Amino acid sequence: MPETYESHPMPLTITTAGELTADEPSGTQPYDVTVVGAGVVGAAIARELARYRLRTALLDASDDIGNGTSKANTAILHTGFDAVPGSLEARLVREGQHRLRAYAAETGIPVERVGALLVAWDEEQLAALPALLAKAERNDYRAARLLDAGELRAREPHLGPGALGALEIPDESIICPWTTPLAYAIQAVRAGVHLHLNCRVRHIDSDDEVHTLTTTRGPLRTRHLINAAGLHADELDRELGHDDFTVTPRRGQLIVFDKLARDLVDHILLPVPTAAGKGVLVAPTVFGNVLLGPTAEDLDDKTATGSTAGAIALLREKGRRILPALLDEEVTAVYAGLRAATGQEDYRIKSRPERRHITVGGIRSTGLTASMAIAAHVVDLLGDSGLDLGTPSELPPVTMPNLGEAFPRPYQDAERVAADPAYGTLVCHCERVSAGEIRDALAGPVPPRSPDGLRRRTRAGNGRCQGFYCGAAVRALFEEARS
Amino acid sequence: MTRHERTVDVLIVGGGPAGLGAGAELAASGAGRVEILEREQAAGGIPRHCHHGGFGGHTMGRGGATGPAYARSCVAAAERAGATLRTGVTVTGWAGPLTVDTTAPTGLERITARAVILATGARERPRSARLVPGSRPPGVYTTGELQQAVHLYRQRIGTRAVVIGDGPISRAAADTLRIAGVDVVAVVSDRPVSRLTALTRTGDRTPVLGRTTLTALTGRERLTGVLVRHHDGRTATLRCDTVVFTGDWIPDHELARRGEITLDPGTRGPAYDASHRTNRTGVFAVGNLLHGVESAGVALAEGRAVAAPVLRHLTAGEWPTGRPSIAVESPLRWIAPNLVGPAGDLPLHGRLTLRTDRRLTAPLLLVRQDGRELHRQRLLLPAVPDRPFHLRGDWLDRADPHGGTVRISAR
Repeated sequence: MPETYESHPMPLTITTAGELTADEPSGTQPYDVTVVGAGVVGAAIARELARYRLRTALLDASDDIGNGTSKANTAILHTGFDAVPGSLEARLVREGQHRLRAYAAETGIPVERVGALLVAWDEEQLAALPALLAKAERNDYRAARLLDAGELRAREPHLGPGALGALEIPDESIICPWTTPLAYAIQAVRAGVHLHLNCRVRHIDSDDEVHTLTTTRGPLRTRHLINAAGLHADELDRELGHDDFTVTPRRGQLIVFDKLARDLVDHILLPVPTAAGKGVLVAPTVFGNVLLGPTAEDLDDKTATGSTAGAIALLREKGRRILPALLDEEVTAVYAGLRAATGQEDYRIKSRPERRHITVGGIRSTGLTASMAIAAHVVDLLGDSGLDLGTPSELPPVTMPNLGEAFPRPYQDAERVAADPAYGTLVCHCERVSAGEIRDALAGPVPPRSPDGLRRRTRAGNGRCQGFYCGAAVRALFEEARS
Repeated sequence: MTRHERTVDVLIVGGGPAGLGAGAELAASGAGRVEILEREQAAGGIPRHCHHGGFGGHTMGRGGATGPAYARSCVAAAERAGATLRTGVTVTGWAGPLTVDTTAPTGLERITARAVILATGARERPRSARLVPGSRPPGVYTTGELQQAVHLYRQRIGTRAVVIGDGPISRAAADTLRIAGVDVVAVVSDRPVSRLTALTRTGDRTPVLGRTTLTALTGRERLTGVLVRHHDGRTATLRCDTVVFTGDWIPDHELARRGEITLDPGTRGPAYDASHRTNRTGVFAVGNLLHGVESAGVALAEGRAVAAPVLRHLTAGEWPTGRPSIAVESPLRWIAPNLVGPAGDLPLHGRLTLRTDRRLTAPLLLVRQDGRELHRQRLLLPAVPDRPFHLRGDWLDRADPHGGTVRISAR
């Protein structure tokens, strides 16, 4: 029962270079809908649109899906317990988590329901917990409860001294941030969505019938346009003649600790938000590591995904308070992601039916959780804007290779190795990634265009040695598949 | 379908010089079925991709052997002696006190041994573990990855490189870069370095920046440069498309830790005594898993030396418990071995190996236990970071095996 991507008879349209319309016969109709931005939100929207008999395109400026904000987050499947009650975000996070949890179970995206603890480290934070409990209930989340210091210590024996109590959110979960948008994109292209990568939108001309997008790969015409451009959603909006908001990138730097730290923590340890600002969290990852972060730095530069010495020092100092033993472990990675903050604590999803476009902006930290609900919401808005969607049909099923540590991996599966020795040939030793998994990913329906893309599909090179042992071997496999 | 279960007498995890040396000696000494598991497709360990000479010293002829030749000779010796060497086999975890699970193309197994020898080696800390800030572009290597990319895969590296670190490993990295046609624009070390210690080749004009810290990497699609800061506050950007992080070794201790084997806080490898016994009954450790890093020759010799205590254990089955540690005081970094053995065993060449965090000129090493001085020894040569120096081991049998921690200080 190899869980490779099932074959599908329909030819897939994925392009990465050349003029967009080069292969099309002249007089071809414009796309019905084009989604700009193949992050987790754009890919989810494309997947939702794929249910309908529409000509849909999904564009991204980079060479891979999920290659911006979506690849560098805290990988938490939120409950929305602390959202602003009544906000669109609160509703879509609540709905989205149920949808994504079910989808993950069906497609093999790893999710672990580890639960979260909001740990109070001083009297002020302790006093804030009952209000957070009440807020959770207003958000229709009823499973939260308060823990005293003794209960907390019993749950998390490695916590630093001084923890006074906690609010427990049993349903907060961790999820694979890389498999999720990939699953959406695979399902979308399997159902006929065209995926165009390396395709940055430079300029948009709109008339009464179509939007003509001038891209780095030539023109593209579409009747409806969905702006899911993340950090660049404000720029795209301005191309469409709107100036509703400005995206201020809010950088979050995170430190990933070695898998040998995983036993130090059982839950997502969340900070209690207070007037003094938000603290940092400590969370396990589905890959079996431990995350510490994020920072929250408002910047101007939408490309500033580098880490800084100051932030690393700050995170380590905060981490030492939360989980002192964590700091004795080796660091596997340091990364930074940029959240698309817009100066408003809610999503900025706006449909302009008369102009045939929808802006999906300001999706900050909860985009992964809410992605499927955002997609459903956007498609509803699209149906209200004069586009005849027709009746939806079932999407072709997809099964994703498991990257999660809590679920069986190919190297542990005797039957699978016996059937195909490539799954017993380990290439990346730290992450136990087999030649079979690398081969499958390279031959997958949305294949990686870089060793980094291969890493996000397999975990190869994602481990503590960062390529000391396998870097050259993985690169060789990647280059061989490309040639 | 389940795992294939079987038993051996001695199981050796890791087929580098240490594991191969242990396998050769044990097989030759009639230890029964001796099996070496190597997770790579070829055995030999790190020397496989070190194309420079000097391996094995005079035992390998004038100037020593190249790494690959040395690796091959270690493999041949183990096989000739009758050890079973299996490559492409990964030990994935423990299934019992002396039982491990393995994965290989040929299937999954569960192997139980009468004694297990861990010889899993060491690796260089990568950029991330050194907490170097900045962007995460391609073009960032460790020496190990670089050597494999150049010598095993003939991959294109880049055009201009900066080497981080000083000493023999950084020299090897610079040599490999030059073989790959890469211009080495600078060697950077946060310690004071003289050109003489950093570079040995006459006529080598590569700038050596001592007391200089790497403060950031730049570039997105590709590395474009490294930012450095000299200890006097001056900063600079070194334009390059490749950076190689050398040295800064950490034992590959995952299997040891998964087996709840106590680590030494200094070496971060298993704590062990002169007979290479860990705290776990029947589990020995050898090579650079114990001390990152000594030469391949030391690893091989340790492997050979472990044969006698392993044979003794197979016969007598005794295992000491509750032994005092041997600990160092700052600026000493670590000492190996770092447990007191009960039976008057001496470590390799009758001496213990140490490292220091900073240069010590003719230090006086003091050995004390529970307020009692066991030994004092003046070193004639300076002790310098990243180079081994040694302490005689003849005081070991004066240490109280039931006493407190033995403390080593330098004056």
